[in-house]
Amino acid sequence: MKIGIMASQISGHLTPATSYESIATTTLSTGATTITFSSIPATYKHLQLRTMCASDSGSAEQALKVSFNSNTTTTDYYAHRLNGNGATAGVYTTQDFLLGEVASTGSGYAVNVIDILDYTNTNKYKTGRALFGIDNNGSGFVGLFSMVWMKTDAITSITLTQNTQIFRTYSSFALYGVK
Amino acid sequence: MTAGATYTSIASTTLSSTASSVTFSSISGAYTDLVLVISARAASGNYHTLKINSDSGSNYSRTWIYGDGTSASSGRQSNASFIYLVTEVIPSAASTFDTVITNINNYSNATTYKTIMSRGNNSADQTGATVALWRSTSAITTLLIATDAGGNYQIGSTFSLYGIAAA
Repeated sequence: MKIGIMASQISGHLTPATSYESIATTTLSTGATTITFSSIPATYKHLQLRTMCASDSGSAEQALKVSFNSNTTTTDYYAHRLNGNGATAGVYTTQDFLLGEVASTGSGYAVNVIDILDYTNTNKYKTGRALFGIDNNGSGFVGLFSMVWMKTDAITSITLTQNTQIFRTYSSFALYGVK
Repeated sequence: MTAGATYTSIASTTLSSTASSVTFSSISGAYTDLVLVISARAASGNYHTLKINSDSGSNYSRTWIYGDGTSASSGRQSNASFIYLVTEVIPSAASTFDTVITNINNYSNATTYKTIMSRGNNSADQTGATVALWRSTSAITTLLIATDAGGNYQIGSTFSLYGIAAA
C-alpha cells in the first residue's frame, strides 16, 4: 500500500492512498442466470473480478463464462486452462469465453480471482487470467485460466453466465479497478 | 456504479527473531475478502499450514496442483485438521524466501463454508496452487500460520494481511 500526503493536508499528515478501488458488487439473495457489470468507468488501468459462486441444484462443476461488451461470439475468444482435479493435472483449450469455475451442488463455493489487464486500450486484444478453485472435501478443481478476446474495443461491460444453469443464492461477484 | 478505495493493510509482521507460528487475531469483519501475503524462510523440511479460529477438528480439505520442472501433479486431502497452504517446502537456504499469496473470499459471512485459495512459489522446489475448504459457516476472526514440523520461521520472514471491501 502506498503512503501519500493529501493535497488538503499539505502540512504533512500522512494518509493511506490506494490504487485499488471497488467499482460494484452483487451478492445473490435469490438465484440468477446472468450477472452483468455495465458502464464500467475507463478511469482505471486494470480490472480485477473476485467471485464466489456455485450452481443451483443438480448442476455439475463447470466453467464460468465471461464475455465482454455483450459479445458472445465464441470464435472471438480463445481460452486455455491448466487444472488439477485431485488426481491428475490436465490442460484444455477452446474457442469460447471461459475464464473461471463454478461449483456444483456441494456446500462449497468456487473462488475466482480474475485479472483483466489494460481493458481500455484500443490497440490491443484483451487478455484475462484467472486463478480458480473449488474444494468439496473429496472432490474439486484448482488451476489457472487465460482467455483472449480478439477485439480491440475498450471493455465497458462484463457478463458472467454458465451454460444454462443458475447461480446459487449467496454467490457473490465484485469488480475492482486498479489505477 | 459506486467506487471506493480499498485493499487495506490490516496487519503485518516481519520476524526479528525466529518463530514457529504467526497469528492474526481479532480480524475485523469490515471487509469482504482477505489476502494473506507470506514471504518466508524456515528450518529445513517444513511446510506452511493454516488453522482458522483455532479449529483443530477434521474440518479442512484441499485440492492442489503443482509443477516441479519435470512434471505436473495433482492431489487432494480430505477431513484434515489443518490446511497445508501450498505444496512447496519452505526454503531453508540462506537469503532464500518463498512467496505465498492466499485469497480468502467472503470470510465474514456466517452462511457459507469458506474457500481458501493459495498460489505458492519456491523457485528451488516448485510452483503451484491449492484450494482448500473449511467446513464451517462461522466468520473468520483468527488465522494461525505455522510450520508443520515445528521448525521455526527464520528472521526476515514477513506475514501481511490485507482486507478488500466490496462496494
